[in-house]
Amino acid sequence: MATTTPTRGAPTPPPGGVGAVSKEPSVWRTRLWRLDDKASPYAYIAPFFLIFGAFGLYPMLYTGWIAMHRVEMTSLSQSEWVGWDNFAKILQDSEFWTAVTNTFVIGVISTVPQLLMALGLAHLLNYKLRASTFWRTVILTPYATSVATAALVFALVFRADGGLLNWVLHFVGIGNTDWGNGEWSSKFAISAIVIWRWTGYNTLIYLAAMQAVPTDLYEAASIDGATRWQQFRKVTIPSLRPTILFTIVISTIGSMQLFGEPLLLQGGTLGSTGGSEHQYETLSIYLFNYGWKLGHLGPAAAVAWAMLVLLLLIALINLIVGRVLRKSAA
Amino acid sequence: MRITRTGGGHGRRAAALTTTVLTASALLLTGCSSDDSSSDAKDSNGNITLTVADFGQFGYKEAGLFAQYHKLHPNITVKENTTANEQDYYPKLLQQLNTSSGLSDVQGIEVGRIKEVVDTQAAKFADLSKTINVSDWVSWKEKQATASDGSVIGAGTDIGPMSLCYRSDLFKAAGLPSDRDSVAKAVAGGWEDYLKLGEKFKAKAPKGTYFMDSASAMYNAVVGSSAEQYYDASGKAIYKNSPAVQQGWNLAAEAASKKLTEGLPQFTDAWTAALRKGTVATVACPAWMAGQISTNAGDAYKGKWDIARAPGTSAANWGGSFLAVPKSGKNVKAATDLVKWLTSPAQQAAVFKAIGVFPSNKGAYDLASVKNATLPYFNNAPIGQIYADEAKAIPEAVLGAKDGTIKDTISTQINNMEQRGTKPAKAWKAATDSIDKVIG
Repeated sequence: MATTTPTRGAPTPPPGGVGAVSKEPSVWRTRLWRLDDKASPYAYIAPFFLIFGAFGLYPMLYTGWIAMHRVEMTSLSQSEWVGWDNFAKILQDSEFWTAVTNTFVIGVISTVPQLLMALGLAHLLNYKLRASTFWRTVILTPYATSVATAALVFALVFRADGGLLNWVLHFVGIGNTDWGNGEWSSKFAISAIVIWRWTGYNTLIYLAAMQAVPTDLYEAASIDGATRWQQFRKVTIPSLRPTILFTIVISTIGSMQLFGEPLLLQGGTLGSTGGSEHQYETLSIYLFNYGWKLGHLGPAAAVAWAMLVLLLLIALINLIVGRVLRKSAA
Repeated sequence: MRITRTGGGHGRRAAALTTTVLTASALLLTGCSSDDSSSDAKDSNGNITLTVADFGQFGYKEAGLFAQYHKLHPNITVKENTTANEQDYYPKLLQQLNTSSGLSDVQGIEVGRIKEVVDTQAAKFADLSKTINVSDWVSWKEKQATASDGSVIGAGTDIGPMSLCYRSDLFKAAGLPSDRDSVAKAVAGGWEDYLKLGEKFKAKAPKGTYFMDSASAMYNAVVGSSAEQYYDASGKAIYKNSPAVQQGWNLAAEAASKKLTEGLPQFTDAWTAALRKGTVATVACPAWMAGQISTNAGDAYKGKWDIARAPGTSAANWGGSFLAVPKSGKNVKAATDLVKWLTSPAQQAAVFKAIGVFPSNKGAYDLASVKNATLPYFNNAPIGQIYADEAKAIPEAVLGAKDGTIKDTISTQINNMEQRGTKPAKAWKAATDSIDKVIG
């Protein structure tokens, strides 16, 4: 935006003999400036909203339309209005509730350890270290790996037959776990992949926030005789509170969308139904299976909307928790 | 990242959050689509590249047929794109048909899906009845690929007459008769006899070996011997009361409870690993399975595997595929010619010789290479004779739209009974719940 023009926002030209002649264009100019001032920000952000409209909003509304119709993969052009039937169908489906439970359980057992580890690692990286850039890069490497690659490698680790983990465990005599098949072991396996991939990412976010904490706070604390641990608890954590809330929101959204890891853990048909008894089926897998494997797009779209509602609920809870925390901190 | 300190208040934060959430969920819906664009166009020299998409093992590469076709038609090169598991292949095919993009010039279709394709997608495929002679096929095969308007959308590749593949060395070690005639005799009374044989095997079997790979395989073999399976002739799903399904299910439950099976879902890594390690003594063996076994078990067990008549007296069919030509392809004419050639007697016989997949074109049965065929890997079993006898007696099965998925769903629950000890009643309920969802 142009900032050097002195006339902007200036009062109308001083009255005089020639004023009557020059008034017309100057009013125009002022109006143009005002328009520029008001409208151009919208023009600058327009590309995002246009793209968002085309690739975000439109698919979402279209999904809503499908959720109200009977649309089959085998005949996409035909659709039949069914109203809320699709929602009723999934809400009555025990598999849907299994998927909801699994999504939350896997979300919790992957997010909590992940964020705690990230906090610890960020604290370590925040010390004066030799080759600190190297360590910071290393810690982000897992994040740069694609989900598919990570999941496939971990699938080899967790394989029942000849898997790396079982091979190691076999030396302590417990190497017979069929990781993908168990009720809990499969969930742990998936959360291990998630933790491995995202810990570094969160570490860097925490690290950035930690470096913004004023050093005089630490100096004052150490003069007062606070230990490192006390400094971490009493200075670092409170300063990081908003950041922690942010990472919780991001991680929650991420775990809600958990898809590649469970799909590829056992792969094939088992992967697409989240295990033989849906023991690690997440909502995304449920959606995928309903829409793409069974070919019923209506209920699948209803699942997508149910996921949106769940996410909004979680966002709301986060908002409230955040507000309460800030009040108690103040 | 200190988003609360930058001011702006709750409104903006909430808005940002909502936007994130909206974007995230939108991404969810637009994800997972991959596009295999293939280069079909004729180049300046008039050369054509034809693409063939199939699944599992069609045997054309093994029989060298694509190279041979290139020799006969120097301007045509054939490229094959194989998906290992048909259950991954079919949903993708439907998506590609819906968008008319990413399709290959020739697409394989499994028999469990053909009814649904014929009923809902026939208009998208070229009518092959003008190029192939439908009466060359076994009577029921091409009927399955015929649409209501009389167009034939798929040329039959193979059929799956059933036999029993078994390890003669393990049988010997367990003190059972091991030559193929005695084995056939021992199970002549049907699949109940097969389970009895299994109990005898289990009593004296070498440590770490199992009588059968998976009960779901036996289930499929049992159901395959009935004309009426999951649907009745009017197109109504009757699987809940179908005698064939009930018999198969009960036998599978029995096998699971007596622990006669290793409980491995077929075509999974664990299953191929078990074949490689040689822990499985018998596999219900439609003709195409022989190729799977020899490929996966490897040279170590060459000659130790053998093939006997399947249990019982009624013949069963399991599987068998079709080759179809999507109309949207750029080389429909060339692709149709390729399909006609690939499904002709000589070529079907060549595939049979290479991997044991049994011809559906009757013309092939009179060829010496089929009639007198033996399979060296299986101790020179006379497969031509075994399968041809079986093929003649296969009943004309009533197909339904969701046959493939129903079969897969029931198989999954049988696996649960074997592997996780799920009680039959619970497994059956899970299966029917799931199938109701499929038929939806």
